Amino acid sequence: MEPKLDLPPSKPVLEIEQEREDDLGGRRLVVNFGPQHPATHGTLRAIVELDGEIVRSMALEIGYLHSGFEKIAEYRTYNQTVTVTDRMNYLSPLCNNIGFALAVEKLMGLEVTPRCAAIRVILYELSRVADHILSVGLQAMDLGAFSVMLWTFIERENLYDIFEAVTGARLTTSYTRVGGLFRDVPPDFEEMCRTFMAKCGKSIDDIETVLNENRIFRDRTVGVGRLSKEEAISFGLTGPLLRACGVPYDIRKARPYLGYDQYDFEIAVDDEGDVFARYRVRVKEMREALKIVDQALRALPQGPIWVDDPRIVIPPKNADNAPSGGMEGLIYHFKNYMLGHGVCPPKGEIYFATEAPNGELGWYLVSDGSGRPYRWRVRPPSLYNYQAFPEMCAGKLLSDAVAVLSSLNVIAGELDR
Amino acid sequence: MKMGKFKMRLYLPAVAKGLWVTMRRFFSRKETVEYPDQAKVPRKGYRGEHRLKKDEQGRMKCVACFMCQTACPAECIEIVAGPSPWPDRDKIPVTFNIDMLKCIYCGMCEEACPCDAIELTPTYNIVATSRADKIYDLHKLLSR
Repeated sequence: MEPKLDLPPSKPVLEIEQEREDDLGGRRLVVNFGPQHPATHGTLRAIVELDGEIVRSMALEIGYLHSGFEKIAEYRTYNQTVTVTDRMNYLSPLCNNIGFALAVEKLMGLEVTPRCAAIRVILYELSRVADHILSVGLQAMDLGAFSVMLWTFIERENLYDIFEAVTGARLTTSYTRVGGLFRDVPPDFEEMCRTFMAKCGKSIDDIETVLNENRIFRDRTVGVGRLSKEEAISFGLTGPLLRACGVPYDIRKARPYLGYDQYDFEIAVDDEGDVFARYRVRVKEMREALKIVDQALRALPQGPIWVDDPRIVIPPKNADNAPSGGMEGLIYHFKNYMLGHGVCPPKGEIYFATEAPNGELGWYLVSDGSGRPYRWRVRPPSLYNYQAFPEMCAGKLLSDAVAVLSSLNVIAGELDR
Repeated sequence: MKMGKFKMRLYLPAVAKGLWVTMRRFFSRKETVEYPDQAKVPRKGYRGEHRLKKDEQGRMKCVACFMCQTACPAECIEIVAGPSPWPDRDKIPVTFNIDMLKCIYCGMCEEACPCDAIELTPTYNIVATSRADKIYDLHKLLSR
């Protein structure tokens, strides 16, 4: 039997799709921007009503990359769910891993060890660089500066080499566990990070040299997609987009987690609220992120990476790679993987937000006391950032829409989940 | 932002600067890896294709405890246990299938194994010509 779907049609889309005549008798053109347009960076569909080249109105349609991640997670244990989180965000997967682990730890009332926290901070900030540098590169590429994109890809590749050495995978990292990490960092981790930081700093300089005073880049970005402070707040924007509008809101400062209050860094803010301001905020944030990595590397403490709680710790393995601690260790090891015996947060619910590269990445977890989340909801920053897209483009040229969209840095996997 | 408007309008200094950076980049070391001719070797610890380990006597280490099957988030491991011919353990796997098309290479099976029997090797270019070839059985996993 065919399933009966009686969903109401999304109204704005239909309204736009009826082509209307304007005052001069000329017809307005309705164009599909995406979902398979190279400038959309993912499967995003925008239906644009054009008057010549001017965007009159726009309707967004999302859901092309809906993968049911939230539902999948309800059928996985908390540790297994980590594998779902990194697949949502294909630019900075480690941020999702770490954010999710922190949310579950908060639900359980756990505090990770200083070494674990420092490693998480380093990887979080490196992921921020990975996200921003690609975002800046693609922003430049959409406006015609192709070589900048290639330079940023080199840096991203170097970063992925670090992630590969640490986590064992380039994108599908699945690095965190509740209360600890999959494994410790390799011995040459600091050296790798230092080499990368030196190179990346120079690359960012190069990018700034090429773009900052570039006439074409400036003409196409300054004053484009401008949003006022009030509009940005009312849209619920977070992250670089909000800070580019002059609101110094950063969760790392506002509600510090992972010991971010110990690190010395500034919130990158710009007042203009246009595409160029977003580019500048991202560049500045990359420099600040490298500063945090430098501080964290210098103060990287020795010690365990797991919390001291045998109920949830996957016990360390001995020289034979078998669980240490004899029979008792083996029992804990087994219990950790048995449903309802390992990570079982107490009954309750929690919302925990981290400052992901694109903004506030929130995790809402409801636990019924079993080994699986009862409800698992993600507040993706991209969804809220993307809804301001029509507002930013109204009355502008269609080519400006491309510039605006690349400055939003929408991650479709996270947006549609 | 408050850069001189005149300097901006001159346009040529920015072009010269940009060209200089581009040329410097052009003559610097190439970062491209010519893939098929020049393969990138992942480090030890990379999570690629699985294998089952053997002990010093050449017997498989696996004792069919089903831990990897329980830990697997992708539900790609299928084990059927049978009696062991050796006196030091009770069970061995009769079938041990890993569906490599379902596998997400998270490494949780290796983490969960109490006997150090399963391992993810750094082999990443895994090719097969049919779906059946992608289901690795006991023999194939042990022969790697």
